[in-house]
Amino acid sequence: MIEPFILSFKLAGVTTLILFFIGVPLAWWLSQTQLKLKPLLEALVALPIVLPPTVIGFYLLWAFAPTSPLGQFLKEKLGIELVFSFEGIVLGSVIYSLPFMIQPLQSAFETFPKSVIEASYLAGKGKLLTLFKVVLPSIKPTLATAVIITFAHTLGEFGVVLMVGGSIPNETKVASIAIYELVESLEYEKAHLYSLAMVVISFLILGVVYWIKKRERWLK
Amino acid sequence: MVEVDIFKQLKEFPLRVKVEIEQGEFLAIKGSSGSGKTTFLRVLAGLEEAKGSIKVEGKEWIKLSPQKRSIGFLFQDYALFPNMKVLQQLLFVKKDKKLALRLLELVGLSSYLDRYPSQLSGGQQQRVALARALMKQPKVLLLDEPFSAVDAKMRTQLHKIIKELHQEFKTTTLMVSHDIGEIFLLGDKILHLEQGEVKTILTKKELLDSKHKYLAKVVEKREGEVVVALFGNLYLVKTSKKVELGEMVEVEIDKLKL
Repeated sequence: MIEPFILSFKLAGVTTLILFFIGVPLAWWLSQTQLKLKPLLEALVALPIVLPPTVIGFYLLWAFAPTSPLGQFLKEKLGIELVFSFEGIVLGSVIYSLPFMIQPLQSAFETFPKSVIEASYLAGKGKLLTLFKVVLPSIKPTLATAVIITFAHTLGEFGVVLMVGGSIPNETKVASIAIYELVESLEYEKAHLYSLAMVVISFLILGVVYWIKKRERWLK
Repeated sequence: MVEVDIFKQLKEFPLRVKVEIEQGEFLAIKGSSGSGKTTFLRVLAGLEEAKGSIKVEGKEWIKLSPQKRSIGFLFQDYALFPNMKVLQQLLFVKKDKKLALRLLELVGLSSYLDRYPSQLSGGQQQRVALARALMKQPKVLLLDEPFSAVDAKMRTQLHKIIKELHQEFKTTTLMVSHDIGEIFLLGDKILHLEQGEVKTILTKKELLDSKHKYLAKVVEKREGEVVVALFGNLYLVKTSKKVELGEMVEVEIDKLKL
């Protein structure tokens, strides 16, 4: 009964961890680049916010199906199957939640005073050291918010997971999908219980985010 | 010795500066807003690219990154690291606690070592930034309108500190300022920059000879002397005449005392 929740948390945890390591350098690069293509890259990153999750799911399915060249290559050469597997829904979630990690970080990096970064360079420190010793520690509240929102957003995911992962118990059947199936099979009592649990968890997570924001304002 | 001969195309005009500064000399740079003063300092620091040559003690700097130049830079907005306490700000530049404590003592902040920048006043933040800029014991110290954001009283105090630090460390210093009082007080030589061009480079004496007297406002009366406000600074002037508060009086620049 609790397995779908454990799976949801596992998916959200793994996705957030991966997105943290992709998101920090990508957001930093986007904030510093003078590239003319920057608006296009930003639009690409933001795309999952406006696209129906089914569209992302459909393209992933199409790209990684065992009949597609890429799917075939991954299966034969690396032994990885991304359709109807946990790895597949992780990939889907990483794409789906990407903007929720990138956008707050990029905006914090862009509003971070340029002179402070330059002061670090003049102190003899390189770009990487400046990022890790000065910039990231200074935007801790934004970092925490981005991580928590990404986690929460992945927790609430439905469309992408259903398209790419289906509903395999202990593999791809996360809480949101379990609720959908319970309603389909008219098991309303259980559906109520699962749904209430999701409401409480989501509310608590958002409560933490707004508490961090309030504390940040107070610190300023 | 610092020999600068640089060229940079700005949006509205080219910036062309040729100047030689002796070791330990204090060069004040004046000029109207947007005349290229800050850009000139940024070029020296390596924060902006330019053509030409910057020779410091015979070594060519023009192609060096900011990290490799021996520069202390005091930014207008202090640019302190928000995540570090006062002592950490200095140790981040160089792990030399003895020097850090000595510099913080010189700027009068020995009892603020454990404060974050957000817990300090503007004047205190500026003093931390000044101490931090000297931590590398740089060959060249650049001050970019360092006192524009602090009140007159704090400014006077900071002038004294800068003067003392300059006498102690003998760092070759370039300071951009709008404040004529400040320029007279601190500069050995004064460079006048307009529209990216060097108009004049004069010693303090040459400049004083060219214009001698200024009008200043009386803000306080004392026995045999008055306090006057001139270019944002307060000065003591001896006077035998009877003057009223708020009156404008003629003062001689070289006879002013802080």
